[in-house]
Amino acid sequence: MTTTQPPSQMPGFEVDRAALAHLADAQVNVELDTGDMILNMGPQHPATHGTLRLVVRLDGERVIAADPVIGYMHRGYEKLTEFRTYPQVTTLINRIDWLSSFANEVPFVHAAERLMGIEAPDRARYVRTILTELSRIATIYLFLGEMGLQVGALTPAFWGFRDREHVLNLIEGATGGRFHPNFNRIGGLKDDLPWGWVADCRAAMDRILTGCDDFEKVLVGNEIFEARTRGVGIIPAELGAAYGVSGANLRASGIDWDLRRDGQPYLAYPELDIKVWTHADGDSFARYWVRLQETRESARMVLQLLERLPSGPVMAKVPRIIKVPEGECWVETENPLGQMGYYVVSKGATGPFRVKIRSASFSNVSILPWLLRGVYVPDVVTILGSLYFILGDIDR
Amino acid sequence: MPDETPTTEPSADDASAVVATAEVPPEPDPVVAQLAARFEVGLGDGLRDWADAFGHLVVRVRRDAWRPAAELAKRDLACDFLSFVAGIDWRPADKSEGDEGGDTSSPVQPTEMTFGAAGAEGRFQVFAHVESTSRHWGVTIKVDVEEANPRVPSWVGVYPGADWHERECWEMFGITFDGHPSLRHLYLPGGFEGHPLRKDFPLLAREVKPWPGLVDVEPMPGGDEEGGE
Repeated sequence: MTTTQPPSQMPGFEVDRAALAHLADAQVNVELDTGDMILNMGPQHPATHGTLRLVVRLDGERVIAADPVIGYMHRGYEKLTEFRTYPQVTTLINRIDWLSSFANEVPFVHAAERLMGIEAPDRARYVRTILTELSRIATIYLFLGEMGLQVGALTPAFWGFRDREHVLNLIEGATGGRFHPNFNRIGGLKDDLPWGWVADCRAAMDRILTGCDDFEKVLVGNEIFEARTRGVGIIPAELGAAYGVSGANLRASGIDWDLRRDGQPYLAYPELDIKVWTHADGDSFARYWVRLQETRESARMVLQLLERLPSGPVMAKVPRIIKVPEGECWVETENPLGQMGYYVVSKGATGPFRVKIRSASFSNVSILPWLLRGVYVPDVVTILGSLYFILGDIDR
Repeated sequence: MPDETPTTEPSADDASAVVATAEVPPEPDPVVAQLAARFEVGLGDGLRDWADAFGHLVVRVRRDAWRPAAELAKRDLACDFLSFVAGIDWRPADKSEGDEGGDTSSPVQPTEMTFGAAGAEGRFQVFAHVESTSRHWGVTIKVDVEEANPRVPSWVGVYPGADWHERECWEMFGITFDGHPSLRHLYLPGGFEGHPLRKDFPLLAREVKPWPGLVDVEPMPGGDEEGGE
């Protein structure tokens, strides 16, 4: 049967007067009874960058309790280090924070060097600093793009991936590995920089600096971006510190603390002119803004380092079989995601007796149950994005 | 020269010179010494020992001073930042005698139990590192844990970030933290048995199959048995 009735007059489409009355009630803010709902975000949610699972209890669209479930990717590195020799351990710890592997190696190698009483030559120190800063740029640059993605802006994400490639090419050119360089040796570096690398590096840093300007133009000041990030996910400074939140996340809450400047002197940082950026607000926007400034600062730092790069060997005299004398040593460094540290206990053998790996994301994420209480579901995504964690760095 | 006239003066000089080079331990960092003094004043005999480990202060406290030590560090020493809480098992790892089928490559550790900076009593210890974001110093605080009854007070009331670290330490070492709001598994699945970071917990991957990295004992596929040794 053909009919020309408009749908609203078809059977089943009668206007329900009672429902209309109900709607009217809702409009004048009559509280409707909504039961709590448990929502599982992840382990395969795009905003979790891997396998973080968030069990969220919702009242309507508001989160009343959040419980992160981690460990889907626990690889037991602390146990594995007890079965490896010191040079073998660097291969493992490359995989903790896989976006900035080179920066992971540095504190461990430092701990071993400090226990053995050897020091890397000047050139190795400088090249290590350059590569650490390059891995910082590679890591944070991706964040600068992805943060746009969290609020629905696609373009910055592509910029992030595109320009990060220049930096990864540099890392690959120097070390042979894009993500897992395994380039540090106890006492120095595997190789010197290849011919022409310094010029390439300068050019890439110029691109990064321009890219940062682009991000700033597109996102900072953008109405949607600001609306979604300003005042969202505020971490109070004292609470953040007591939770162990570190790095740019803590500096965005106004704590002026950067281990490159304030920690035990390491690499070439004491000889550099470092500006530490902070922001007073502590919200998602502040975390974005601080990271943006830090990326620029890193690029400038690399240019400074290239100017001063000393000549000489890249490897100190080290025994063929590395035995680390008995003792224990804590070395912490400012990594792209925050404070990374190794507490290395040695008993004089060729391998460590116990290594406590302090990874930044683990503590950064541990504040989530507090931070997510009372926020709306869409903000969960931006808060997760702005904390910027790597799953391997949480699960180890 | 020493044979000729054994006068007292040069020998005293010699002795002091020897002492100065060999026996006097390196001066502790003034900051480290001052921080240790603060712990001594604040905890009294709750402080067991302290040491300077490469410019970082390591203090060992009695079990009943474990939580007061955290409060002292946070309140009086401005250590507002919790870096980590972790455990350690000082017992040497079990080694299969003669290496038959077991692990062939892992580094051989000493077989007697020795302890690290600031000493220890017994097998287990919990240690934590806190830092000051304003004064830029840090302290590692250690506490001995009884093997028969492994429990220490929780730090969650002082540093809320201790929550996850203590859960990890509980599942990895079997050390209970009294006063922790919910000690449940963090990394491991709920029904997991055993405490993986204890030294008597074997690394099963190495037990099942010997590590091929050191000597390649498996013949290459398709080749003769040239690889075997």
